[in-house]
Amino acid sequence: MNAIHNTNHTGSRNSPPALDHPQLANIFTADQARAHWHDGALWFVRQKRDRMAKAIPEWEELRSLASQIKAHALANLPEYLELFERQATEMGAVVHWAADGQQHNQIVYDLLKENRAQRVVKSKSMLTEECHLNPFLEAHGIEVVDTDLGEWIVQLRGEPPSHIVLPAIHIKKEEVSETFHQHIHTEEGNYDPTYLTRQARHHLRQKFLGAQAGITGVNFAVAETGGLVICTNEGNADLGVSLPNLHIACMGIEKIVPRWIDLSVFIRLLARSATGQPITTYTSHFHGPRVGGQLHIVLVDNGRSAVRSHHTFQEALHCIRCGACMNTCPVYRRSGGHSYSNTVPGPIGSVLAPAMDAHKHHSLPYACTLCGSCTDVCPVKIPLHHQLLAWRGEMAERKLIPLSKRLSMKMGRIVLGNSLLFRTGGWLARFGLRMLPKWLTHHRLNTWARQRDLPIAPKQSFRALFQQRKKRHQD
Amino acid sequence: MNTTDNRNPRRTILDRLRSQSVPHVALPNLNAGAWIEYADPVQQFTEMIKLVGGNCQCIDSVSSVAKHLGSFSQRLEAKRTYSAVEGIPGNVNLGDCHDPHELENLDFVVYEGALGVAENGAIWITDRDLRHRVVFFITQYLVLLVRRTNIVHTMHQAYAQIAPPRPGFGVFLSGPSKTADIEQSLVIGAHGCRELQVFVL
Repeated sequence: MNAIHNTNHTGSRNSPPALDHPQLANIFTADQARAHWHDGALWFVRQKRDRMAKAIPEWEELRSLASQIKAHALANLPEYLELFERQATEMGAVVHWAADGQQHNQIVYDLLKENRAQRVVKSKSMLTEECHLNPFLEAHGIEVVDTDLGEWIVQLRGEPPSHIVLPAIHIKKEEVSETFHQHIHTEEGNYDPTYLTRQARHHLRQKFLGAQAGITGVNFAVAETGGLVICTNEGNADLGVSLPNLHIACMGIEKIVPRWIDLSVFIRLLARSATGQPITTYTSHFHGPRVGGQLHIVLVDNGRSAVRSHHTFQEALHCIRCGACMNTCPVYRRSGGHSYSNTVPGPIGSVLAPAMDAHKHHSLPYACTLCGSCTDVCPVKIPLHHQLLAWRGEMAERKLIPLSKRLSMKMGRIVLGNSLLFRTGGWLARFGLRMLPKWLTHHRLNTWARQRDLPIAPKQSFRALFQQRKKRHQD
Repeated sequence: MNTTDNRNPRRTILDRLRSQSVPHVALPNLNAGAWIEYADPVQQFTEMIKLVGGNCQCIDSVSSVAKHLGSFSQRLEAKRTYSAVEGIPGNVNLGDCHDPHELENLDFVVYEGALGVAENGAIWITDRDLRHRVVFFITQYLVLLVRRTNIVHTMHQAYAQIAPPRPGFGVFLSGPSKTADIEQSLVIGAHGCRELQVFVL
């Protein structure tokens, strides 16, 4: 468990490999209509993002600035964390440190126990999801309600979120209706999103009013002021921490920005990149607790420092969790968030997950066409597709890719390195593709041809064509 | 080195971070940016509020707002109202309210924002002199006033002008609460206010 903390070597935790991305994607794509619908829904969000980005002439400058601010903050992280701690403490907050998820969960539980809080409302936090806080608290008899509508839907259904900003993007309204009918007795067969949302509002209001503590994530923490920024559209975080006296805010150590004014850059980028909104409805700034209340801030490492130690992947810690890379990714859109079996899916998840556990997540760097679209939309300019390619190199070096792939790569190197072999191979392929019957080329072992036809082979190779052309020109 | 000390995770984390080398990058100067400026920021602000699902109206004075609200059906139907704006009445006194839970049935809130942002329709409000910040979120209907002289072009100007209450709370509020978590269908009125009316003075 603690192996990673004794070493700086990224991704050295060695749990058994999760199901491969292709295997899990198969489950999702088995329902073709749903896969297409999912693809379209996310592309719609991507287009909204484009419109918003284009309306800001200085968009590219903002991305560069955001990247520089994050790089600066990351380089000086220990100093900024200490400054943040000092400032937050001065404002009356209590700052806790957790080296891993287990420590984080224990801190949260101890705070709840100390305050005799049995009922907790939580607003969207991927960190608590990553640490598996809910099952931990539930095992201790505490009721935790996720109050973001999408999060609540997946919580009721016993699923993890499939997207970091749109947790229930994979679920149809008919299914939501069924889930709500089962749990809060809404009308059977009423699929109207407005009706369903109203019912959820009504039900969750009671949860807000009955809660003894509110847990939130954090979007940004400002070192110079000791403040926290939390962004939501629903107002759930604000409502959840304005009623009970206890507010516990959980954040990864990479959420630090140095200055108050830096927020202007990130707030301009975040919602536009995430959902194509000019800003989220609520961008809330907390400095210290409410009068008579308590604010506890838990700073969590849980593998982040290991990512920071790796020169190739450290920029992944710039991520502000907007989800734009997911919305644009052709693989994510068609395979669904659950196929990544990681809290953060998509391109950024495929970079971060192997950094936490390379063995378990060895297939994720291959869930990528290297098209580079993620890198183009990333508001903090993380070179995502370069990092994914770099991970493939790491995986090969650590022998974490399947034997079949390793052998075919070896073969490839031999063939491509020898002109005679290459020529013969080309001839064989051209001949084979033209002459062999379909059952011989499209079989179970050739997974590439499962949903595609093989190309019609030309009669001549490029080399032969080139020779002929040269000859013609000489004549 | 990077040893784990379970009793002192703070030192563990800081030691670990300090043992790593990360290339230094200078903190950029944000005052030098050539940010977008709108020909008519008030009009842009008004349009953005509509885009994010709110209503916005330009009006000449607080007394006109009061007169206007007199004919609002949401106001007429409201049982419990709170106003922090002088000249606009409300029937809830936060001074009598010891526990924010007592504000459960608050229907209608009127408040003045310190600043408006043209690029996104956001309004900066704080809980300075406000006993229970929950009023912004628990009310069904929210009315915000902003002076046209306090409308800036972008968030850069906004953050440069405001200072957060320390300790305290401040929020950029843009539009009524909303969600699109069910099949990307936009529904206004998630957990916060169901409607937002803005008056630009």
